[in-house]
Amino acid sequence: MKRIEAIALAGLAAAEQDALLICNIGYPSRELFSVCDRPESFYMLGSMGMASSIGLGLALARPERRVMVLDGDGSLLMNLGSLASIAHHAPDNYLLVILDNCCYGSTGSQPSCTRLGTDLAAMARAAGVRRVRRAEDREQLAEALLEQGVVVAGVEAGNAHVPIISLSPQEILERFMRCALSAPQS
Amino acid sequence: MRAIRTFLLALHHPGKGLMAWRGYDVDMNPSRAVYLGLRRAGIDFATSVPCVNLQELLGLVDTDPDIIHLPATREEEGVGICAGAWMGGRRPALLMQNSGLGNCINALASLDMLYGIPLLMIISHRGGRAESIIGQVPMGQLTVPLLEAMGISHLSPSPAEAEEAVAEAWNRAESGHCPVALLFDLDFWRSL
Repeated sequence: MKRIEAIALAGLAAAEQDALLICNIGYPSRELFSVCDRPESFYMLGSMGMASSIGLGLALARPERRVMVLDGDGSLLMNLGSLASIAHHAPDNYLLVILDNCCYGSTGSQPSCTRLGTDLAAMARAAGVRRVRRAEDREQLAEALLEQGVVVAGVEAGNAHVPIISLSPQEILERFMRCALSAPQS
Repeated sequence: MRAIRTFLLALHHPGKGLMAWRGYDVDMNPSRAVYLGLRRAGIDFATSVPCVNLQELLGLVDTDPDIIHLPATREEEGVGICAGAWMGGRRPALLMQNSGLGNCINALASLDMLYGIPLLMIISHRGGRAESIIGQVPMGQLTVPLLEAMGISHLSPSPAEAEEAVAEAWNRAESGHCPVALLFDLDFWRSL
């Protein structure tokens, strides 16, 4: 599965679930913006590694809203403590999706340690996360996107040819917060 | 009766007893002053990485039913969690030692400052006068220069000023859409 396909699936699932979506820095945010832009998506333009943490704070602040996070293997490896925090403090409305392409895709596809065998699903389990799933194809991912906890989705390396995000940081935050602070639709 | 109590207090805790004798509120210790400031600021979400000087404050925050308190594994993670909490309508504070400021720099700059997300940082400032741990000294000396270089406003109030300063710092963070730091050194925590 290409990463942009996984991102499109996640974007669609987030829309169907009226979920708030935090998206990782770099090409993942650009791909999400180009295939499924919603004001309910927060596009990270900096602070690599913080996606899972931003989502955790948001899920705790808005327990009545579904919160999904799109993270990457390289980013999560920068903030592994987050798995321990998620294991013990994440509420049921939280889902972390790790798109694992085994490399640093936005900087030239240098290999990450998951290429060498580091198992992020096993690390999530060892951190204490009770619901951890793997998704290797679109069907498995579509099913896993209905879950809570952590999903590790295997995706191909490579970026889609998509433009940079045309919104300013302030615009991204303002429209996102308008959605985050409104009542859920269902 | 009160005179006897304060006399006994003076006997066992000279500093505290003297303050009580002079009519000061002996319960207004430094930790409590900061805590009351957090209450006054309406802080309802906190993340923390512990410091020995924060232990009493952390206990107060942790048992406050109006504050969601999440211990973080690293200060930078705390910046991320607090940013998410703000997006969800909370008023967040990060409680940490100044050594942790170094772990936060990129997230403070390319998350909070980039998007305009407010954050109140309550920082135990080690590595200054009377510091006994040599490893605290380098970051102790760099804390203010780092904040200055980043353009992050910082205050170092006395215990008597702390409650008002904490509330004021949050107001600055919220109205300026930026992180603001409060620094509390060893003298602060040891004073009454």
